[in-house]
Amino acid sequence: MSRFASAFGKPRPALVCFITAGDGDTAANLDALVEAGADVIELGMPFTDPMADGPAIQSANLRSLGAGTTTADVLRYATEFRARHPNVPLVLMGYANPMVRRGPEWFAEAAAAAGVDGVICVDIPPEEDFDSPWALGPALRERGIAPIRLATPTTDSARLPQVLAGSEGFLYYVSVAGITGKQQAAIASIKENVARIKQSTELPVAVGFGVRTPEQAGEIARHADGVVVGSALVEICGAYGAEAPAKLRELTAALAHAVHTARQD
Amino acid sequence: MNTPLNSFRNLPDERGHFGQFGGRYVAETLMPLVLDLEREYRKAQQDPAFQAEFDDLLEHYVGRPSPLYFAPRLTEELGGAQVWFKRDELNHTGAHKINNCIGQILLAIRMGKTRIIAETGAGQHGVATATVCARFGLPCVIYMGAEDVKRQSPNVFRMKLLGAEVVPVTSGGATLKDAMNEGLRDWVANVHDTFYIIGTAAGPHPYPEMVRNFQSVIGKEARAQMLDRTGRLPDLLVAAIGGGSNALGLFHPFLDDPSVKMLGVEAAGRGLDGDEHAASLLGGSPGVLHGNRTYLLQDADGQITEGHSISAGLDYPGIGPEHAWLKESGRVDYTAVTDEEALDAFQLLCRTEGIIPALEPSHAIAAVKKVAPTMPKDSIILANLCGRGDKDIFTVADRLGVAL
Repeated sequence: MSRFASAFGKPRPALVCFITAGDGDTAANLDALVEAGADVIELGMPFTDPMADGPAIQSANLRSLGAGTTTADVLRYATEFRARHPNVPLVLMGYANPMVRRGPEWFAEAAAAAGVDGVICVDIPPEEDFDSPWALGPALRERGIAPIRLATPTTDSARLPQVLAGSEGFLYYVSVAGITGKQQAAIASIKENVARIKQSTELPVAVGFGVRTPEQAGEIARHADGVVVGSALVEICGAYGAEAPAKLRELTAALAHAVHTARQD
Repeated sequence: MNTPLNSFRNLPDERGHFGQFGGRYVAETLMPLVLDLEREYRKAQQDPAFQAEFDDLLEHYVGRPSPLYFAPRLTEELGGAQVWFKRDELNHTGAHKINNCIGQILLAIRMGKTRIIAETGAGQHGVATATVCARFGLPCVIYMGAEDVKRQSPNVFRMKLLGAEVVPVTSGGATLKDAMNEGLRDWVANVHDTFYIIGTAAGPHPYPEMVRNFQSVIGKEARAQMLDRTGRLPDLLVAAIGGGSNALGLFHPFLDDPSVKMLGVEAAGRGLDGDEHAASLLGGSPGVLHGNRTYLLQDADGQITEGHSISAGLDYPGIGPEHAWLKESGRVDYTAVTDEEALDAFQLLCRTEGIIPALEPSHAIAAVKKVAPTMPKDSIILANLCGRGDKDIFTVADRLGVAL
């Protein structure tokens, strides 16, 4: 069974946690997330121009690059994470240019060697992800890495099949039309859209963007297979530096409790 | 005009590709909008009323056609080819940018959008966007790198006078690329009512094609004017390139005229041998940024590096994807000139022709200065004078050590 299948196969929703690689003590921060109950880890690859991200993750990208983080460093964090946590799914999330810089084959090979389970590339839509030398999806699938796609409130039913074709691992439903870390969507809209997407796919659906508190996460978890939290964790990395792991552990434990018990009443 | 089978004028393809360049590299939130924009643009292209309104505004509001001007004293000074200029600096708002803004705002209104956003570098596109928003009574937000806000304060004031909200962008290097990031973020968050007027022939399809088509009025006019005045086509076209819209506007209608050579001029800043330049084609490599695959200034990991040019309008680490394709196909030659050379050319045109050019076309003039003396006296160079230099006098004074 794949790591995704076991993480999403439990009789409770999954908590997906995002931090940016190279922003603080990445290994210690990742361990804190896992120990406090994160079911899936998304590790952000820093980029100079994170166009889909709000101020919190933008700053994390710049802090990481300012500290000299390279692609080799990101892959090393992944390799070491896999050695410490053999069963926790690990996703690399980022933008096209750093991923395809040395060619999609190179990246897919390196990610596979590092034990990565899935890749979210924000700015390669399905329309560009086939029949070209820099299409990433085919290279990832060939090496057993799941290309994880995003669906959004603007992805209508006519377009959804195209987004789902070739998607693996889980589907990431971006609950707001906007950038990361901003306002939260109305729960009714999330419920409706997740139900709509689940009619078209067997993949688990995780919901993210704008989820900051255990209360919000718990509410969403009643309707989705997973909940993604990013900006709130990244802000802790930015604010607490070396003290971040303890603070991350605190928030993640509360999020995990809310998500894991959401459907028990 | 029918295009021949082996035309250079029939791209992009239906997916927005110019060979291996272009495309639609945007987040899923924007994808349905970009597809919708393309559908609406295709409908507008088929609508004679849309074209008629565009033409009418260009004539009566922008002041087109712009003159085609033979520069006698510059020609004499350089001692070679005849030098002619397409005078797009005489347009309303002082640059070619307004051509594209008229087209895009008509499309925005047609699509029922009620709010306009744009990015700007030197401020010319911001001023042009603010101008058309005032003309049509639409609210307007302009994203401008905080560094450029400092360098181009007269244009910031102009935009404000025209009713625009100018938002200084402090992320990254606080220049044009960061302003474009912020424009894309705004668009993602306000997809229901907002139209993003991109200022150059870059971004996700259909922007590169659409901006080129709106700017092609430059080359269409110039081609007819040159035939009318001289009975022949020019031997060489020269234009400066940041994102590349003025150059494509001039070049595109001539691409299938095999006798017409073309030269695009990038900003070499402090020299191509170092990192302080903005020459994506000559000093960069292919990658993905701002919605399209094109040549970029980037490091080995694909991180985007900061361009440098004395001209804020050329200070962009990418280039329109059609230029990337025209370079690889060999149809257009590309060169680069330094800040110093552009500054010399700026003064040369002031002195010989009584025209104060913007620093952007000063790069084209610097290239003309190099190439004209190597060409016979009966040959013709046509350069695009895409902006006037009023906005740049502070920068130039500073570089010449003059206190204003």
